[in-house]
Amino acid sequence: MSPAPDDPKTIADELRRFLLAEFLPGEDPANLKDDTPLRTGGILDSVATLKVVSFVEQRWSIEIDAHEAGVEHFDRIADIAALVKRKRGK
Amino acid sequence: MGPSSAPGAASLADLLEASARRDPARVAIVAPDGRTLDYRELDERADRVAGFLRAHGVRPGDRVGFCLPKGLASVVVLFGAMKARAAYVPVDWGGPAARNATIHRDCQVAALFLGEARADVLAAWPESERPRVVVRVAMGETGSSAAPAAAGAAASFPAGAHDFAAALAHAPLAEPTAARDRGQLAYILYTSGSTGVPKGVALTHGNALSFVDWCSELYAPTAADRFSSHAPFHFDLSIFDLYVALKHGATLFLVGEELGKDPKALPRFVAEKRLTFWYSTPSVLALMAEFGQLETLDLASLRHVLFAGEVFPVPSLRRLTKLLPRPRYWNLYGPTETNVCNFAEVVPPVPDARTRPYPIGPLCSHCDGLVLDEKQVEVAKGEEGLLWIAGESLFQGYWGRADLDAKVFLQRGGRRWYNTGDVVRWVDGEGFLYVGRRDRMVKRRGYRIELGEIEAALQRDPTLREAAVVALPDPEAGVRIDAHVAPAAAAPPSLIALKRWCAQALPPFMSPDRFVVHEKLPRTSTDKVDYPALLRRSAEGAAR
Repeated sequence: MSPAPDDPKTIADELRRFLLAEFLPGEDPANLKDDTPLRTGGILDSVATLKVVSFVEQRWSIEIDAHEAGVEHFDRIADIAALVKRKRGK
Repeated sequence: MGPSSAPGAASLADLLEASARRDPARVAIVAPDGRTLDYRELDERADRVAGFLRAHGVRPGDRVGFCLPKGLASVVVLFGAMKARAAYVPVDWGGPAARNATIHRDCQVAALFLGEARADVLAAWPESERPRVVVRVAMGETGSSAAPAAAGAAASFPAGAHDFAAALAHAPLAEPTAARDRGQLAYILYTSGSTGVPKGVALTHGNALSFVDWCSELYAPTAADRFSSHAPFHFDLSIFDLYVALKHGATLFLVGEELGKDPKALPRFVAEKRLTFWYSTPSVLALMAEFGQLETLDLASLRHVLFAGEVFPVPSLRRLTKLLPRPRYWNLYGPTETNVCNFAEVVPPVPDARTRPYPIGPLCSHCDGLVLDEKQVEVAKGEEGLLWIAGESLFQGYWGRADLDAKVFLQRGGRRWYNTGDVVRWVDGEGFLYVGRRDRMVKRRGYRIELGEIEAALQRDPTLREAAVVALPDPEAGVRIDAHVAPAAAAPPSLIALKRWCAQALPPFMSPDRFVVHEKLPRTSTDKVDYPALLRRSAEGAAR
């Protein structure tokens, strides 16, 4: 898979598709907003979070450290997209 | 036993005090933030907290609650409570506020130690029923690595709340230790309840000490050992970590909440701290084997790996023992009500041909067991039946729930037996094999879950008219939990909204994995929810 484009909106949309398919089958995509809480909102538990981290690392060819996947930096699509953007910019 | 024992201990606090007298300057606790307490410091701080509690009206036999992250403060508080001859009642630091408040109201805690970031727990109490003594523990004082309190959290504490610093500055309790009694309650651990309300498992010092002494004989730990403390203190695996380590004057390394969930970082932690004992659920060990890059680490310090709380899937255990062939592996079994009552050593590596899960093994020396059928008649050796346990480590009962006690206890041969609810059968040469359950209790990530508690939480959701929950075997997670729901309105409910409701009402390990939406739930001819039909529907869904 080639690295995806770095536009934050593209990153967010791809994350949204992944989250809907993996963890929210059948949900109306409009309900999963960029600021919907994923961890504190009960959508991702700790194991599901690992799956998201693996997906993001592979899709955008980056490495995410444990502290970066903490709930304060990794709770919303917007947070994760910003993290990807920042890492890709390095 | 050698000099490490605390002869004639009447209280878990005696274990700490004996170690503090023997080797006061040895490090007892290493907190997630790196701070440490040596044995003298830990003992003195606990004495002061005990003095504070007694001066503020906490009497022997009272309950002392705490909602604190894993850290120095939580260890000081639990020993302080026991030194004041009160029972400590821990709750999940990250748990839903309403559930935590329900637990502490149920056993009417006389004092509550609350980390500043969880002021929301107090808001869930009716003001008139709040505990007499509330102690605010600033996040910097917890010795945890938890995130600092949100601004304004402190303002939510009542005006009369005490600061933890004041408790630590109080004159120590001066009370003859002869007043201590093995029959006094040491702690109450709450587990999932089938009607939606958690139930409190009440255990005495004697119950815990009989288990701790058995561990001493089996493992012969020394002061040079370095123990993990991975399980939170409201989880009964913590009893081994805390009291076996501190009885022997060893060092206990507290694993913080974030690290505890990070299977990539946990093996590095074991290597860096040169731990000699590791104890956790199989789920955590399986993730460490999968994600932890064990082959790249020097884990030669590890002598014993203990696991309990659920069945270890054989492929994961094989993987772990192949990556890490040196330590001895121990499968421990026992509900919170009995402490550990069975044990089996697993000799690595797990053979490739083995598919059957390892047995829970023979009984520990502090327990006796019976395998009975539904009519409470002993089954023939090798046949399936319910495992009943008697012995010194057996709990006293469920707090304030004589109705539940009547269901689980049996008087026989002048002894009190407890029905574990687990179906087992004897296998020659291996001991007992765990077969399963006949009720609605399941285990996930080592936690017991009454499906009725999840149903009760969903039935309170105003967007739902009906809800029923089933559990299915799952190759990856062991157990999958499906919630079948029928919405109150015509529009289908949002999955995101349902998950958010569960996150607020239930601990994370109890949230359903999947929701199946029905117009109305299938019913039997007698108008009961048709669970077999729901299970079939769930199984079909999984196949799609």
